[in-house]
Amino acid sequence: MNKDTATYLKGKKKQIMEAWMNNQLKDAALRDDLMSVSELQQQSDEFLTALLKAFAGPNAEDTDSMNYEPIHDILNEISITRARQGFSPRETSSYILSLKEVLSNMLEDQLKNDPATLYREIISVNKILDSLSLVTMETYIKGREEVILRQTNEMSEISTPVIRVWDGILALPIIGTLDSARTQVVMEALLEEIVATSSRIAILDISGVPTVDSLVAQHLIKTVSAARLMGAECIISGIRPEIAQTIVHLGIDLTNIYTKASLASALKMAFSMLNIVVSRSSEKKNLGF
Amino acid sequence: MERIPILKMGSFLLVSIQVDLYDRLALTLENDLINMVSKTEAKGVLIDISAVSIVDSFMGRILGNIASMSKIMDAATVVVGMQPAVAITLVELGLTLSGVHTALDVEQGMELLREKIGQVDTDEEGLYDSYI
Repeated sequence: MNKDTATYLKGKKKQIMEAWMNNQLKDAALRDDLMSVSELQQQSDEFLTALLKAFAGPNAEDTDSMNYEPIHDILNEISITRARQGFSPRETSSYILSLKEVLSNMLEDQLKNDPATLYREIISVNKILDSLSLVTMETYIKGREEVILRQTNEMSEISTPVIRVWDGILALPIIGTLDSARTQVVMEALLEEIVATSSRIAILDISGVPTVDSLVAQHLIKTVSAARLMGAECIISGIRPEIAQTIVHLGIDLTNIYTKASLASALKMAFSMLNIVVSRSSEKKNLGF
Repeated sequence: MERIPILKMGSFLLVSIQVDLYDRLALTLENDLINMVSKTEAKGVLIDISAVSIVDSFMGRILGNIASMSKIMDAATVVVGMQPAVAITLVELGLTLSGVHTALDVEQGMELLREKIGQVDTDEEGLYDSYI
């Protein structure tokens, strides 16, 4: 990019800004539900100022150079916030690409008598903006990955609540696949809750676990052993026929562990272990609803 | 030298470990305890480890040893109050302390010991009995 073009573009900043904003605003993909126009204006202004400054600097075409560092920072922030706000990849990259059209038009106006220079300058503007749009894509994806990672963590925490089903009896419905990291979370949550409520019995319900392999079984056995060391007994319930088949075929030994087919029968067993008697009362009580 | 006190309560011995056990202390405890069992003809030993936050394979073995020795001398052993982190560590080390009875706290441990030696207090209603 030559100096004259850079100076020219700098002088035309106001027009560029206006045209660019118009471009963005008339774009059907504009998400004014996610972001206000004034916010967009401010972002764009900041970016354009930095970009024109970099154009004027040395090595204008090298987007990895020092000049572009502030631009990269601005773009990173823009695309990460957009990824979090739920903009689509197309909407994010068209932000930069819409500037390309504006700049090309400006250059065409200025250099229409000198096609050779016009061609060179347009190529160089293209090159810079393409490279910057790649930067937005890259950070956009990074932002999305963060979102996904956070959601995964949240899901694994939410999906394993420890429930007090009775005085002294806890239940832990496990939903989803058990892997090593998750089992650790599950095990710790359960043991902490055993201490907090001084419950003597914990029911691990695995009806929501799609597959049980030897690793999962080993994790379950570990949890049961740890609870036993603390003085609580575990009952594993919700074992479906296909899971029973797998366990036997894999040769996993669950003989030292109490297992029940349903949560109801596990609860019944827990009652009898704690000598609790539950019976139907003959008179109907008013429960207040 | 530091020693862990062993308290006699009826036919039971109570040990509450309030410090982190180092190897020599654990060996002394093992020795003292087994002598105490012999001297007092205790029927049960209750070891409270609720204040122990660090455990290694050596201590796991000592607990196992105490249980085996007491059993030979006709006393049941109950370990109570193990912290979750300690339990996880022991399981990861592959020590499941078979032969050692466990309970959540001293109260439940005492109840368990009474059951084990067949002296269930019939006057008292069971702790967990509730009728609806």
